[in-house]
Amino acid sequence: MITPSTSRKLLLTLLGWSVALVIAFPVIWMVLTSLKSETEAISRVPHLFTHVSLNNYVAVQEQAKYLRFAWNSVVVSFGSTLLALLLGIPAAYAMAFMPTRRTRGTLLWMLSTKMMPSVGVLVPVYLLFRDTGLLDTRTGLLLVDALGILPVVIWMLYTFFKEVPREVLEAGRMDGAGPLREVYNLLLPLSMPGIVSTSLLAVILTWNEAFWSLTLTTSRAAPLTAFIASFSSPEGLFYAKLSAASTMAIAPILVLGWASQKQLVRGLTFGAVK
Amino acid sequence: MLLLWSVLPLIVTLWFSLRRYNLMNPSRTGFDGLGNYRYLLSDPGLGLAVWNTVLLLGSVLVITISLGTLIAILLDQEFYGRGFARVLMLAPFFVMPTVSALLWKNMMMHPDNGFLAFLMRSVGLQPIDWFAVAPLTSIIIIVSWEWLPFAVLTLLTAIQSLDAERKEAARMDGAGPIAMFRYIVWPHLGRAVAATTMIETIFILGIFAEIYVTSSGGPGFASTNLSFLIYRYVLMEYDIGGAAVAGLLAIVLANVLAFFLLRSFARNLDT
Repeated sequence: MITPSTSRKLLLTLLGWSVALVIAFPVIWMVLTSLKSETEAISRVPHLFTHVSLNNYVAVQEQAKYLRFAWNSVVVSFGSTLLALLLGIPAAYAMAFMPTRRTRGTLLWMLSTKMMPSVGVLVPVYLLFRDTGLLDTRTGLLLVDALGILPVVIWMLYTFFKEVPREVLEAGRMDGAGPLREVYNLLLPLSMPGIVSTSLLAVILTWNEAFWSLTLTTSRAAPLTAFIASFSSPEGLFYAKLSAASTMAIAPILVLGWASQKQLVRGLTFGAVK
Repeated sequence: MLLLWSVLPLIVTLWFSLRRYNLMNPSRTGFDGLGNYRYLLSDPGLGLAVWNTVLLLGSVLVITISLGTLIAILLDQEFYGRGFARVLMLAPFFVMPTVSALLWKNMMMHPDNGFLAFLMRSVGLQPIDWFAVAPLTSIIIIVSWEWLPFAVLTLLTAIQSLDAERKEAARMDGAGPIAMFRYIVWPHLGRAVAATTMIETIFILGIFAEIYVTSSGGPGFASTNLSFLIYRYVLMEYDIGGAAVAGLLAIVLANVLAFFLLRSFARNLDT
C-alpha cells in the first residue's frame, strides 16, 4: 500500500541520493581508478571492473617512497596541532575567565589576521626561513602551520571554555588550587570533548594545508600535499598510481572528518553557528 | 607583544616594497622609492589578477550558498539513508586541495580520457578542453566543489536549529512552502550565511594550490589570482620588491573585505 507520504519519502530518497552521489562522484571515481591498470585508467571509454588489483598501491610505495611523505605529514600536522594547543589553551583560558575590556577586540583582531592571505607574508617568511636554515625542514613547516591555525584553535577553545561554569573553577580556587592546577585538574577534564574536536579540526586543516607546503619545502620535508602536486608534471602522469597515492593521502582525514562533522561547523564558523 | 608579532612582517614587507631587491641579482640594491609600485602597476598581469581574485571569490560564494541552501533544505527532509547521504556529500571538503585539483584536471576535465569528455561524447557533443578554453571557469568549478559541502553543513545546522513550533505556527497560519522559506527559514539563516561568507572569503582569497597544479595561472594570466601572481614574482622571478608590492595589495584587498565582513560578524556575536 503506497500512501502519498511514503511516495513522497521515496521520491526524496531518490533525489537525496542522486545529489549525494553526484557530489561525491569524483572521489568515488578516483578510488575506482586506483584499482585499475594504467591502460584501463586512461581509456576513452571508462571501464568499470575488469581486474581489480592493489598493484598501484604497492607501486606507489616502492617507486615514490610514499611513506616518507606520509610521515612528514603526520609529524607536521600532529606537531603543529600540539604546539597550537599548548599556546592556545592558556590564551583561551585567560580570555574566557578573566576577560578585560580588550578581550573582544583581541578576539576579532585575531580573526582578522586570518583574513590576510598567507601570500601577503610570503616574502618575509621566505627570507626569514632562508636565513635561518628552516627552508625545507619539518620544524619550519610545523612552526608556520601552528601559527596559521592558532587563531582558529584559540577561538574554538574560547567558545568551549565559555560553557564551563565559572562556579566550578571558583570552588577549586577556594580550595587552594593555583591557576595551573585549576586548568589542569578542572578545566581540561571538563572541556575534554571540546579540546578533542578542536584538535581534530586542527589536524584536518594542517594535513590539507598546501600553500606553505608548496612554497617552503622541496623534497626532504615535503608532506603529502606537496607529494601529490609533484604528479602534475606531464612526465609523471600515471592516473592509476596518482589515484592510489591520492586515496591513501585523503583516507585518514576523510575518516577523521566524518567523525567530527558535528563539531566542524561550530569550529569553522568560530562558534557563530552551533 | 602580540601586536608586534603580527605587525612586524607587514613592516618588513613595506620596507622591501620600497627597495630594489632581486635574489638573482644581489649587486643591484638600494632604495628605489616608488619604483616597484610603478613597475607593478604597469604589469598587465596585475589588473587581471585582481579581477580574477574577485571573480573567483564572487562566483564561488554565489554557487555554494545558493546550491548549498537548496541541498540543506533537501537534507532537512526525512528520507531513507539520510545520514549516509550526508556523509557522502561531505567528502569533497576533506580532500586536500592538490588532490582535488589533479583529480578534476586529469580524471574529470581531461579532453581525451576525462569523465566529462566521455559524458559529452556519449550524448554526441564535442568534448571541450576545459583548461585551455575556460581556465578560470574550471578553477571556479573545482573550488565550488570543494566548498559546497561546508556551505551545506553550516546551513543545515542552522536550519535544524530552527524550532519546530515556529514552523508549525506558520503552517497553521496557512504559509505554503515558498512563503515559509521566504519569511521563516531565510531570515533565520542570516547568521549562517554571514559566517559561511566570511570563512569562504578567508580561504578563497588565498587560493593557490588549485591553480599551481592545474593551469599554473595560464594561459597567459587568464587564471592567475593575486596569490599566484606573488608566487610568480618571488619563486620564479626572485623579485622580492615586486612581490612585496603585490603582497601589500593583497592585504589591502583582504582588509577592505574583512572590514565589512567582520563588522557584521561582530554584530552577530553579541546576540
